[in-house]
Formats: sequence, C-alpha cells, structure tokens
Amino acid sequence: MGWISDVLRAIVGTIIIFSAVAFIAVMFGVLLERKISAWMQSRLGPKHVGPQGLLQTLADTIKLLQKENIVPARADKVIFASAVIVVPLAALLDYVVIPFGTTRSGPLIFRDLNIGVLYFAATSSLVVVGILMAGWGSNNKYALLGGMRSAAQMVTYEIPMGLALVTVALVAGSLSTVTIVNGQARLWYIVTQPVAFLVFLVAATAEVNRVPFDLVEAESELVAGYFSEYSGMRFALFQLGEYGEMFAMAAMAVTLFLGGWRGPVLPPVVWFVVKLYALIFVFMWVRWTYPRFRIDQMLNFSWKILIPVSVLNLVVTAFFAVVAHR
Amino acid sequence: MTGEAIAFYILAAVTLGSAVVVVTSGNIVHSAAALVPGFLGVTGLYILLNAEFVAGIQVLIYAGAITVLILFAIMLTEGGTGLGGRQRNEQALVGATVAAAMAVLLIIVATRTGWTAGGGTLPPYTPGAIGQSFLRQNILVFEGTSIVLLVSLMGAIMTARRED
Amino acid sequence: MPGLTHYLVVSALLFSLGLFAVVTRRNTVAILMGVELMLNAANINLVAFNKYAAPGAMQGQIFALIVITLAACEAAVGLALVLAAYRTLETVYVDEINLMKW
Repeated sequence: MGWISDVLRAIVGTIIIFSAVAFIAVMFGVLLERKISAWMQSRLGPKHVGPQGLLQTLADTIKLLQKENIVPARADKVIFASAVIVVPLAALLDYVVIPFGTTRSGPLIFRDLNIGVLYFAATSSLVVVGILMAGWGSNNKYALLGGMRSAAQMVTYEIPMGLALVTVALVAGSLSTVTIVNGQARLWYIVTQPVAFLVFLVAATAEVNRVPFDLVEAESELVAGYFSEYSGMRFALFQLGEYGEMFAMAAMAVTLFLGGWRGPVLPPVVWFVVKLYALIFVFMWVRWTYPRFRIDQMLNFSWKILIPVSVLNLVVTAFFAVVAHR
Repeated sequence: MTGEAIAFYILAAVTLGSAVVVVTSGNIVHSAAALVPGFLGVTGLYILLNAEFVAGIQVLIYAGAITVLILFAIMLTEGGTGLGGRQRNEQALVGATVAAAMAVLLIIVATRTGWTAGGGTLPPYTPGAIGQSFLRQNILVFEGTSIVLLVSLMGAIMTARRED
Repeated sequence: MPGLTHYLVVSALLFSLGLFAVVTRRNTVAILMGVELMLNAANINLVAFNKYAAPGAMQGQIFALIVITLAACEAAVGLALVLAAYRTLETVYVDEINLMKW
C-alpha cells in the first residue's frame, strides 16, 4: 500500500507549508513591512510587544481572531465563503515547486515537477478567480469595482511574467526548477538575462497588488477593494494569501535569477533565506518610494511597454540559444 | 483498490459533481464558480494519464483565464442582476431525454468495443517531446493555430468595442 | 486499475451533461459553459487514447493542446458576441432574441 504513505507525506507536507508560510512569511513579513517603512520615514516601528516588537503580528492575529464574523445581509453566502478559501489556497500551492536548499540525498523541495515553472504560472492565475468571487459576493459597489479592476490587472500582468519565465526556461533548457538552479552553477541568470529579471520583478509587484500597482486596494479611494466586507478570521486569511503570494514570487525570482540556494561557504538554506529577504527588502523599498499608478497608466504600461520588451527579449534569447547550439 | 483507482474515482466524482452544479444551478454565478472544481478535476485526470504539460496548460487557460472571461461576461450583462429569471426553457424534458440517450449510447459503444493496446511507451519528459513534435511533424497545425488566435483576438476586440 | 473504458465513461457522462446545458438553458453564457464542458470531455478522450492505445507518439496530447487553444479563442469571440448583443438587444436570454431585424 505505497499510496497511503504518499498521501500521508502529502498531508504532512501541506501542514508544513501552511504553518511555515503562515509564521515565517506573514508574521515576519508584516512586521518587516512596518519596521522598514518606519525606518524609511524616520520613525520607530512597533516596539512594545515582545523584544523590539517581534511579537506584534502575533498580537494582531489574536486580536483579529476575536473579532465578530460579519456577513453582509444580501451577500451571496456560498460565494462569499468560498472566495476566502480559493485565494490563500492558490497562494500556498505556489510553494510546492520551490527548492529551498539541498541535502546530501537531493534537493529540498516538496515535489520536483518536471513542469515546475508552468505550474507556478498556473497557480498564480488561480488567484484571479478567487478575487472576482470575493468582489462579487460582497454585494458592495466598491468591492465589485475593486475586484474587477484587480482581475483585469492580474490578467494583464500574467503575460509579461509568463514570458520572463519562458525566457529563463529557454536558457536553462528545462521547465523544472531544480534543473534551473543546477544550471546556474557558474553564472547566475541575472547576469545573462537582466531584462527578464526586471520584467519579472515588475510583473510580480503587479500580481500581488503592491504599490505602485495597488489601486485595487487603494485605501484612500476604495476602502479596501475586494476584501472590504471581510472581517476577523477571513481578513486574516486574505492577508495570508497576499503576503504568501509575495513571498512565493520573491522565492521564484531567487530560484530563477539569483542562483537559488547556491553560495560558497554557508549552508544552502541560509543562502536561500538571505537572498529571499534581500528581494523582500527591495519589494518593500519600492512600496514606500513610489506613488500609485492610475488604472489606464498601469494597463498601458503592461500592454504597450512590458509585453513588447519581453517578447523582444525572448526572440533575441532564442536567436542566441540556437546560434550557440550550432 | 490501488491508490491510482481511488484517486481516479475521487477526481471523477469531483468533475461530474461540479458539472451537475454547472448545468442545473438556478444562479448563474454559482454555475460559473462551479466550473473551477470541474476543470481542476479534469486536470487531475490528465495527471493520472501522464500528461503533465496538458494538465498545466489546462489549469493556466481553463481555470485561470476562461473562467475569468465567463465571470466578466456575466457581470457585464444582465446575468448579474436578473438572477430571478427562469434558467431552463420549455425543452427541458426533451433535452434531458436526448442527453441521457447520448450518454447511454456512448457508454455502450465504449464498453463493448475491444480496444487494442498500442506499442511503445510515453517519453518521460513530456514538455520537451511536445515541443519537438510541434516543430517537426505538427508545425503546420502550430502555425495555423497561431493565425486563428490572432484572428479571434482581433475579432473579439472589434466585436465588443463600443461604437462611440 | 482504471483502464481505458473508465476514462471513456467519465468523458461520455461529462459530454452528455454539457449537451443538456446547451439544449435546455436560456442564458447564452450558460450555453457557452456547456460547450466548454463538451470540449473538456473530448480532450479527456484524446489524452486517454494517447496513453492506452497509442503511447508511442504524442499526437493525442498535441491534439488536446490544440483543442484547448481553440476553445479559448471560441470562448473569447462568443463572449464578445454576447456583450455586443446585450448592448443592442438588452437581453441575454436566447428565447427572447427572435426578431431578424431589430
């Protein structure tokens, strides 16, 4: 009965992903965001709860869990409740194909799918359905508007992200993330593919609805966008989805462009975490530096600038790959 | 009962169950939302059939893009507000009979024919094999599909554009 | 062990459910959803035959990929038509669209 051990391993893996992402990504992510934004604005962040404010997010989560679960009166209850499940689930499914390091017995990855990069693009596109359902099910004009804008934005920016992923897969010769990391043994792909790296970072920022692309949850305009009507535990789950997806995008950028877990002296997992937090710092730095785009500027930027640039990059890379093989 | 058989029955149940919800629900937004587990069930069936690339493309295109397109169309037309309208027309009984007859016919044909197993094995890394095949034997189909995609993209934009 | 006939039975049931949706639903978008179900059923057939009856070549999976692409094209054009029709005719129910000239 080999399949029972496989199912058990999958369940244990799911619990590990969920708790690791929930604690490391969301708790430290929210705390880092507040501390970094405070540092850039010449003030101190949270300092009271725990040493230097480390337990602040834990306190916030406990507070959120105690809040009343409000459902709007004429909201569509089935869709309202199922949207909460789809968004964090799609964000957590991204972690299956990211290699966190290597041990003597092989890479530290949940499942080395041989379509790893395609799987990542596919699960990122599942979030859009959850957002539309959340915007619809709230029976609220602002939520619906925010949901539709967010869906339009995410669908538009999936294309340059997919093209950047395809360019790296072309250079590495495989869609499997472990093969891509192994292919960076001598030279990281950020050196040979800088354009794809920049395109991927911009598209990733737009995919997770962060500034400068956060017009869908613009706090000064749309209340909170598609999750205006969610309170308590459901709000916490949406935040889990958003921060989890940001960490997953950063982890994928590290895997594809910055050499994954490769590094000289320290153990592989430490290198991975260092590079991951360096990219997270870049994401947060951009957030507190740039103003917000309007929706027409944002859509113009993707269709008229990012997609032609990434297609051109793909064509030039393919040309050099064919010439190098002859 | 091997693990593969259990996985197959669960996936088939998920797919057919959500297809029943899609087809019979009175609320059209519920129908559209039930398409997602249906497509994910079909993805699982593809993975059981060793077609990983097709499974990835199915999630990316069907569950990620076509479902969003359908939800946008529902929200931009009357289906968003006119949820109280009748969803089934007067041909319901005849339609059910025809669909049931078609199902019975197809199942009888499928189970009575002796299918012969072909020779050869599937290559282990399917994306590479599919790519090679698209550029060698099937290049005409590939280019033709690109042209159809371009034409349908232009056609959809021209048709749905406002005339002002 | 699920064999070829199991997959063919699942695909036959999915196809007839899609056919029922196309024949009996009044909303145009619901008819398009039924068409998508029928295309998925055909794809399951193609991929199942590729694995069990002709595993040497990849033709079944190639065909399934082409069908998925064309289904996306057809959904895009069909839904654009629904939007254009709604703008002039003010309705999406197919049994109310029965005049040749508006």
